[in-house]
Amino acid sequence: MLADKDRIFTNLYGDQDWRLAAARARGDWDGTKAIIEKGQDWIIDEMKKSGLRGRGGAGFPTGLKWSFMPKKSDGRPSYLVVNADEGEPGTCKDRDMMRHDPHKLIEGCLLAGFAMRAVAAYIYIRGELIREEQTLQAAINEAYAAGLIGKNACGSGYDFDVFVHRGAGAYICGEETALIESLEGKKGQPRLKPPFPAATGVWGCPTTINNVETIAVAPTILRRGASWFASFGRPNNTGTKVFCIAGHVNTPCNVEEAMGIPMRELIETHAGGVRGGWDNLLAVIPGGSSTPLLPRSICDTVLMDFDALRDVKSGLGTAAVIVMDKSTDIIRAIGRLAKFYMHESCGQCTPCREGTGWMWRVLERMARGQARLEEIDLLLDVANQVDGHTICALGDAAAWPVQGLIRHFRGEIEDRIRKAHVAPSRAA
Amino acid sequence: MSAGRAVAAAGDSATFAFTAENVTKANAIVAKYPQGKQQSALLPLLDLAQRQNGGWLPQAALDYVADFLTLARIRVYEVATFYTMFNLKPVGQHHVQVCTTTPCWLRGSDQVLEACRHHLGIGVGETTADGKFTLSEVECLAACVNAPVVWVGDDYYEDLDAASTVKLLDGLAAGKPPKAGPQVKRQTSAPANGAKTLVRKGV
Repeated sequence: MLADKDRIFTNLYGDQDWRLAAARARGDWDGTKAIIEKGQDWIIDEMKKSGLRGRGGAGFPTGLKWSFMPKKSDGRPSYLVVNADEGEPGTCKDRDMMRHDPHKLIEGCLLAGFAMRAVAAYIYIRGELIREEQTLQAAINEAYAAGLIGKNACGSGYDFDVFVHRGAGAYICGEETALIESLEGKKGQPRLKPPFPAATGVWGCPTTINNVETIAVAPTILRRGASWFASFGRPNNTGTKVFCIAGHVNTPCNVEEAMGIPMRELIETHAGGVRGGWDNLLAVIPGGSSTPLLPRSICDTVLMDFDALRDVKSGLGTAAVIVMDKSTDIIRAIGRLAKFYMHESCGQCTPCREGTGWMWRVLERMARGQARLEEIDLLLDVANQVDGHTICALGDAAAWPVQGLIRHFRGEIEDRIRKAHVAPSRAA
Repeated sequence: MSAGRAVAAAGDSATFAFTAENVTKANAIVAKYPQGKQQSALLPLLDLAQRQNGGWLPQAALDYVADFLTLARIRVYEVATFYTMFNLKPVGQHHVQVCTTTPCWLRGSDQVLEACRHHLGIGVGETTADGKFTLSEVECLAACVNAPVVWVGDDYYEDLDAASTVKLLDGLAAGKPPKAGPQVKRQTSAPANGAKTLVRKGV
């Protein structure tokens, strides 16, 4: 188990005060000015050396992303936008960071913003997180009052503002270009890339969008050193990570662990194990709803990091582990996710707008066995035609769970259909 | 898809204007964004208007916000119909929003929703005759390790079952809702049988 001294989020559960004095006692805002004085290049280089990959799902190397921002302004200001539109089913880690450790995020905004020569950070928080927004805003007010942000932040000579912007209930706004549209006061419909946000982002200005966790871990990495962070996990999959463990476990929870922890160990050490024991496990969705489910045989040995989960045709995503025991109707479970994507499709691209609803309706029928066997291949074909054929990744995210279901549970769907056809009268 | 809801609704109030206090708040919100980018304040201002108007946005409020930000009205209508948090018809005093996405469903959101239906005597999307409760089914609220979750007003009620849901509804009806957060003995997102990490006290 990761030692408490190596945990970044030392108030993850909020048993201590979130306010500035307590945050400082936990080590936040310690020597921030000295870090800034080391300069932009040093910060970005240290982030690269740490191996930190974005914690919002895609896993893009953070230091590299920051280095894409213009080093000299052409007259336009640059912005850091923090993606706090947490909503990938299974995921609830950013919420804890904002309500219990908000100063880590605010200090991270300053350091990341300075490194990319931004004038301000806008934290886009999902609309439903009303209490969390209130806490975060109160923490920002404390930071301004203490001179930590604003004019001459931390006495560094650098001016930097931090604002919070609340969304209004649209999962798609977690997609970075939809988030920009929404921050501009428009419908959250993703933009085509290029141009990439680092060239033309919010209000037409260079912008970098990072997940809450990515920004919130930065100050600790810069204080304790890249080599400390990189000492956890495996090459290309370094650091610590906050995991969410939901579903059929005895004690669902959030917990910060080392990357690459075996899935079984994560579930059994922290979440009290699978309800009814490990042998009662049916499948796990390892990284939030869009990552394809894994049957128990893979869960026995798989490690929780980007590369290990990619190798089994799934992904780490947001590291939100959804556990399903043998009592689960797996077709219905994935069908419900299909309904989620149908509801959240922005409607811009035809394959996603039409495909998500179509996949949900077919899965609903399949769950009742009211389908023909050849429709399984048809469903897979439609999923494959949604995947990769839309402006943003929501189409992909909607297709992957369906592909995963058919990959690992085709037999279950076939049985359901066969049984319904043998005894149709009994089903009624 | 969230589109497809008509802007005009029965019972539209004819006029709307921010209170003096909310004009001050609205101006402070607009000031967060760069000069000339006041459209960025649209979502927060619609939220402000909805709170002032008892939880929903009549067309008069949409038009008022459009004028406040000097935007074409269609820019406001398309946003108001896109985002699920904007209610374009009246809602009850307590808008009970039950998450039924897979992580909550696995932990018993069917029972929670059924308890709401049965106890309130209404279906999803309906409002009780006394105007006290509206029941909605919503997508993932991002509190999945505390599933099942119900969202009412500004608060989440977590770790629910049928019995604690009924208790919540009775509490709301009596004007004495239970404390928000987990409805079982539990420290936020820590394991219910006690945290195994960060057990050291003090700092």
